[in-house]
Amino acid sequence: MKIFLNKSLIAWYFILPVLLIHLFVIAIPSISSLALSLTDFRGMGKLNYIGFENFIELFDDRYFIKAVYHNIIWTIAFLTIPVFVALVCAYLLTGIKRGQLFFRLAFFFPYMLASVVNCQIWKYLFSPIYGIGTVLSGFGLDLFTTSPFTTKEYSLFAVAFVDGWHFWGFLVVIYLTGMYQVDSSLYEAADIEGASKYQKFRYITLPMIRPVLVFTIMIITIWSIPVFDYVFILTKGGPAYSSEVIGTYMYSQAFERFNVGYSSAIGTMMFFYVLIIVGLFGVLRRLGWEV
Amino acid sequence: MEVASFRKKELISNYVILGMFAIVSLAPILVLIFNAFKPAVEFGTNPIGLPNNITFQNFPDAWVQGEYSKIFFNSFKLVFGTLILCITVSSLAGFSLAKLNPKGANLVAIYLLVGISIPAQMFLLPLFLLWKNLGLLNTHIGLIIIYSALNAPFATFLIRSYMIRLPDELFDAAKIDGANILQQFFRVAIPLSWPVLLTSALVVGLAVWNEFLFALTFVQDEELKPISTILFAFSWRFINNQALVSAASIMMVAPVVILFLLFQKRFISGLTSGGVKG
Repeated sequence: MKIFLNKSLIAWYFILPVLLIHLFVIAIPSISSLALSLTDFRGMGKLNYIGFENFIELFDDRYFIKAVYHNIIWTIAFLTIPVFVALVCAYLLTGIKRGQLFFRLAFFFPYMLASVVNCQIWKYLFSPIYGIGTVLSGFGLDLFTTSPFTTKEYSLFAVAFVDGWHFWGFLVVIYLTGMYQVDSSLYEAADIEGASKYQKFRYITLPMIRPVLVFTIMIITIWSIPVFDYVFILTKGGPAYSSEVIGTYMYSQAFERFNVGYSSAIGTMMFFYVLIIVGLFGVLRRLGWEV
Repeated sequence: MEVASFRKKELISNYVILGMFAIVSLAPILVLIFNAFKPAVEFGTNPIGLPNNITFQNFPDAWVQGEYSKIFFNSFKLVFGTLILCITVSSLAGFSLAKLNPKGANLVAIYLLVGISIPAQMFLLPLFLLWKNLGLLNTHIGLIIIYSALNAPFATFLIRSYMIRLPDELFDAAKIDGANILQQFFRVAIPLSWPVLLTSALVVGLAVWNEFLFALTFVQDEELKPISTILFAFSWRFINNQALVSAASIMMVAPVVILFLLFQKRFISGLTSGGVKG
């Protein structure tokens, strides 16, 4: 019995439950996905090994290519607008005392709400029957006479806007924490030199919070690929695939068409994308980027 | 603490810009609140303003028509079930990684970190097939196990980083008093770690309450669905009765708002420390 009570073994007994659950729910299914991506399995019946055929087919699948393209647009949109707005707001917040807590809570609040609720709010506001459009048309403005979610040209941007609206306050809090770690004597020195608000931001704040900035760029790049909730709830990828992203495309391949092999190939590609991004930032850190 | 030391004149423009963004963040939510207290007939003439006639009737109506007593019970069951399972396994692991230093602890940390970054789409379908074969589809316990696995790495790291700062002397003293490792865990580590346990519970509870993708995939039985997927269906079923949909949305948000106002610091620090996507 004594060998089971060895101190190092006891330590492992404590870790075992987490590992078991994680293995069962995430690791084993992920490995199965890798294996299934090399087959033509369709949920039932026989399963044939077909090598990399699913992956080759993906590059010919114009709906998949379209979804990838949409994810790229999504990533670029999230790397620019929310990051910029959040940086500006966090910087402005560092300068005020009164009301700072209120603004912080206000910006962060939508991040706490469920995707279903946030989507409901904006579906209503953009609806041509009830929303902002009806109010604007009272002033003779014909904006939002159709919902952007049902318009091919705007659906992707409208969905990204709602997701971005709920997300950017999260960035404010992260940037604000970073900015409070900047040595305040730097600002004092700049004040003596008569630096403007913009100059202080550009030449002190921005370089000093670079590690935080790079961290948020990394998580946005990673999180922009599996986006699902907002697209599925607001448009289901439509109309006519105009807001389809990889996440919703994989879901319809998996649960509407039951192309197990094919959808596993999509999932596998997403996983390797994440690995590459994480690896890339790892390399940057090694190169002394203080990421 | 003032960092950027703005001049007085600049402060006014600060407040103006921040105020504009606060309106962008809050006004849409205010419209939802207004609408929940508006009689259905008012929507044609007053879609986004304050209600002219305040009514509370939308709430009992939505509660009855959406069978919310059942749905709330389902969601609470998922939240508390996940909290019990997830926080138990995570605090055990967090304690071990912080204080017992097993050989190969680094490997566990790396494994969990990789686990956090795996996109759900990678394992969703095989997990679905596995759960089908195990008879766990359309069960709450099936979803509780999934939610625990999804949130455990984050909770483990959070708890570990707190427990690592507990002074070793406390554990040595307990050891001298004859406490075994399990007793050290229950009598020393757990009572001293309640702040981090509370933070983890809030963050994990919120994630479960709001979760959509796995609820959509793994529970199709109407009787067992949680509030998120029910509200999704509800918003389509009553698309012509926005008063009802708004009241239903408010009922989903209310518990979150109350807890957020009580524990906002914990929520914000917890959510931003792990990088949990909501």
